[in-house]
Amino acid sequence: MSPILECRNLSKSYGNKTALSNINLSLERGKIVGLLGPNGSGKTTLIKLINQLLVPTAGELLIDGKPPSVATKKIVSYLPERTYLNDWMNVTDIINFFADFYEDFDRSRAYDMLSSLGIEPGDRLKTMSKGTKEKVQLILVMSRRAKLYCLDEPIAGVDPAARDYILSTIINNYAEDATLFISTHLISDVENILDDVIFLQNGQITLTSSVDEIRYKQGKSVDGLFREVFRC
Amino acid sequence: MPWTLNSERPIYAQIIERIQLEIISGHYSPGAKIPSVRDLASEAAVNPNTMQKALTELEKTGLVSSKRTSGRYITEDVLMIQSTKKKIATDYINEFLDRIKQLGFEKEEIVELILQLSREDET
Repeated sequence: MSPILECRNLSKSYGNKTALSNINLSLERGKIVGLLGPNGSGKTTLIKLINQLLVPTAGELLIDGKPPSVATKKIVSYLPERTYLNDWMNVTDIINFFADFYEDFDRSRAYDMLSSLGIEPGDRLKTMSKGTKEKVQLILVMSRRAKLYCLDEPIAGVDPAARDYILSTIINNYAEDATLFISTHLISDVENILDDVIFLQNGQITLTSSVDEIRYKQGKSVDGLFREVFRC
Repeated sequence: MPWTLNSERPIYAQIIERIQLEIISGHYSPGAKIPSVRDLASEAAVNPNTMQKALTELEKTGLVSSKRTSGRYITEDVLMIQSTKKKIATDYINEFLDRIKQLGFEKEEIVELILQLSREDET
């Protein structure tokens, strides 16, 4: 089968500042891939290009064989780095909103996850802590039956106990042929659930490898390797 | 609870060891069905593909076998489980001997020390 995401010589500049430079990348279906890099390495730029929030300066990008468009947004579930939901809405409102918007949204899945995390559907976003808001957003994103999930820093604001639950939620809730693309710098927390990792540095891919290959060849964790490669 | 895995060694190798231990310690009895890849992966908080790979490796050893549609089962071959147990015990002991020799003990001294400690343990 064709890859779910393909980037060919993809570049993005903001004025004279290069954010991504000549990225060639192919993501297989059914994989969980970590996009790892220090701040300012281009992670969010890449994810925004996938979601058509930015357009490439050069090169192309194909999702399920198609350029970013309404059709690709139907199969890509995106968790942005910050919240965009109206905070006067309560959780039920937002679930209805998502169910209206996305054909692949599964309400019962959303309500199951909410109750496991002890979040009341009647609560307004405004009254929630930062971490709880993040959980709600992640639940919304994982309640879609998408082909590609793009999660930009999904667990940054969540406490460690909830992180474990969220990671197992992620494992339980994606279809076997779906792909998860997770950008994070909390590497040690996620590395056990990743198949492959991509290291991004100054807008360029410096490493693509499976997690176990890194451990086997380098005798260290991805987290350890990251700290070594990106030592300041 | 996510499984405790160390960070230096391949994850799938550690999963194999963990499941082997669960088999020889009797957590899974001979012939028992083991949970699905997805459930095990979720329990361990590891990637399902990695769990799949570990189970495939375990199938090669014969400790686990898959029945086409109904899932994976622990072997009913008790002798095989026993011999795996013995092999792992041997590995542990060799590792221990290597370390204790580094402290400068001779074989006889090591044996004597172990006997002494196990006598103390009984009382």
